[in-house]
Amino acid sequence: MTIRETREAVRSGARPAAEICREALARIDASNGVLNAFNTLAADRAQSRAEAIDRDPQRWRRAPLAGVPIAIKDNICTRGLRTTASSRMLAEYVPLYDATVVARLEAAGAVIVGKTNCDEFAMGSSNETSAFGPVRNPWDPTRSPGGTSGGSAAAVAARLTPAALGSDTGGSIRQPSSLCGVVGLKPTYGRVSRYGLIAHGSSLDQIGPIATTAYDAAVLLGVIAGVDPCDATSAPEPVPDYTTALTGDLNGIRIGVPRALLEQGVDREVGAAIDTALQSLRTRGAMLVDIELPHAQYATPVYYLVSTAEASSNLSRYDGVRYGFRANLEPRTQNPGPRTPNAEPRTPIAESRLQQMYARTRAQGFGCEVKRRIMLGTYVLSAGYYDAYYLKAQQVRTLILRDYDRAFERVDVVAMPTSPVPAFRLGEKIDDPLQMYLIDVFTVSANLAGLPAISVPCGFTAATLPIGLQLTGRRFDEATLLCVADAYERDNAWSTQLPPTPSR
Amino acid sequence: MLAFGMPSSLTRGEVAQIAALANLELDAAELDLFARQLGDILAYADQVQRIDTTGVPPTAAVVTRHAADRADEVRPSLERDDVLASAPDPALDAGFFKVPRVIG
Repeated sequence: MTIRETREAVRSGARPAAEICREALARIDASNGVLNAFNTLAADRAQSRAEAIDRDPQRWRRAPLAGVPIAIKDNICTRGLRTTASSRMLAEYVPLYDATVVARLEAAGAVIVGKTNCDEFAMGSSNETSAFGPVRNPWDPTRSPGGTSGGSAAAVAARLTPAALGSDTGGSIRQPSSLCGVVGLKPTYGRVSRYGLIAHGSSLDQIGPIATTAYDAAVLLGVIAGVDPCDATSAPEPVPDYTTALTGDLNGIRIGVPRALLEQGVDREVGAAIDTALQSLRTRGAMLVDIELPHAQYATPVYYLVSTAEASSNLSRYDGVRYGFRANLEPRTQNPGPRTPNAEPRTPIAESRLQQMYARTRAQGFGCEVKRRIMLGTYVLSAGYYDAYYLKAQQVRTLILRDYDRAFERVDVVAMPTSPVPAFRLGEKIDDPLQMYLIDVFTVSANLAGLPAISVPCGFTAATLPIGLQLTGRRFDEATLLCVADAYERDNAWSTQLPPTPSR
Repeated sequence: MLAFGMPSSLTRGEVAQIAALANLELDAAELDLFARQLGDILAYADQVQRIDTTGVPPTAAVVTRHAADRADEVRPSLERDDVLASAPDPALDAGFFKVPRVIG
C-alpha cells in the first residue's frame, strides 16, 4: 500500500493503524534474514504508537501520515531507540533526543517501525561498508541495493513499509532508489533540517524521502521540510503543499539534457531507458533542450576532496570519551618505578594513555572505508596540500554551481541517469575504492551545488534490474521535480511491478 | 604550496604521519593498503589541477538565506546526568567524563 492508501484506510476507519503496523512488522521480520534491511526493529514502540492513533481517531483525521509505517535510516537520531550509523563506534548508542524530521513525522501521524541499515556513517555506494553486513537488493539478493541508504530503499522496494527516510551526501538517497526501483528525493540544501542527522559532510548532507510514487514523496517532503531553530542552515523559505503541483501537465516545461556528460560511460541498457523516458516526457508536452555542464565531469574528484575533508573534521568527535565505543587499553607492560620528586618523568601528551585510547578507539570503532576517508580528508586539509586540493576543489565547486545556474536560465529541469549502471554484484567493487567512487558520477554535483534532485524508476534491464531517471531542479523548486516525476509515472506505471517476495 | 607534482603514491611514513594527525592507530597491513589506495585516489583527483580557477572564489557552503540569528535566551537542554550516562566511563556524582591519565 502507498502512503496515500494507508492513511486513507486509517483516517476512514477502514483499517486500524495497529493492524497495519503489525503487518509491516511481520513483513520486516519475515524478510530481514535475506534482505538485512533493518538494523533495529522498534516493535513495541511502533505498536503502542499505532494503538494510540486508533484510540483517538478524531485527532488524526486530517493527519498527512495517519498510521503510516515509516522506516528511518540508522544515521538519524531517534530518542530511546538505538542509532548506530551502521558503525561499531555507535553500536550501543541510544540518543537522548529525536531528530527534527522524526519529531515532525510523528506529529503528522507516522508510526516509526525501525532503523534501516546503511553504509557506515553513510560512506559508501553499495551498503557493503555497514558493520552489520550488506543489505541485499530485493530484485536480486546477490546484488547491492546501492548506498548509502540501501536499507531504506530496499525496505520500500520490497514493500515492507510504504516509505522511508534516507540521507544524501553524494547520491545516497537517489542511487539506492535507482538500483531498487523506487522514488528518492534529495531536497535543496537547507530545505530539511539536519538536526539529529549524524554528520558526514555538513555542506552536502540532506535528509529526504524514499517512496513508491512521486505523490507519496511529495507528502513526505511536505511533512519534514521547513525552517528549524535547531539547524542554522535550514532555510526560512515557505513550504508549499507539494501535492498541488502534481498536475500531470508538462506543457511549457523545458528539460535540459547534458549530452556530452552522458558520454562519460553509461551502460547501454541504462542509456536506452533514459532516452525512452525523455521521449515519454516530450509526448506529455515537455520540451527537450541540449545543454552543457562543462565542469560536471570534475564533480566526482571535487566531491571526494570536499566531502572527505568535512568528514575527517566531523568524525573527530568520536574519541571514546562522551558517548559511543571506547577501546580497552591493555595494562602497562613496564612499571614506571619509583619517582624522585625533582625529576618526575612525564609522558609527552602525544604518547599519553589518553592519546592511545583515542587512537585505538578509532582504530577499532571505525571500519576500513571510514578510516580511508578520514585519512584522505586529513591529508587534503593538511598544511602544504590545503591550497592544492581543498581550496582548488572549492573553486571548481563554484564553477559547477555556475554551470547549473547558467543551465537553469534556459531550462527548468536537468535530466540524466541516476546511476551509470544498474545494481552490481555484492563484492564486485568493494576492494577498489576508486571504482566505487566513480559510480557517483551523476549524483554528486547536485550536492555540491545544493540543488534538489529526484530519482524516478524508468524501466528495467533484460535481467529485471531497475533503472532510474534523475531530474535536477532549481534551488527550492522541488515542486517542479515532483510534477515532472508524477507526470512521467502517469504514462509509465513501473511501480506496479514488484520484486519477488524474499523468504527466510 | 605545491601546484604541480602531486604524489601519485604515498610512502608508509607519510601515511603514518597522516594517521597520527587523524588520531588513528593503523597496523602494518593498513599502512600498505592506504599508501596504495590514497595514492590512486589522489592521482585521480589530480585532474582538478588542470582547470583554470584564476580569480574564482571558493564555495564552502551553499546556504542562500539562513535563520542563524535568534534571541539569546535560556532554553531547556538535556539533563546532565542523562548525558553522562551515555559515556563509556562517567563520574556521575562528580559530573565528569573520565579518561585515562594524561600525565605520569
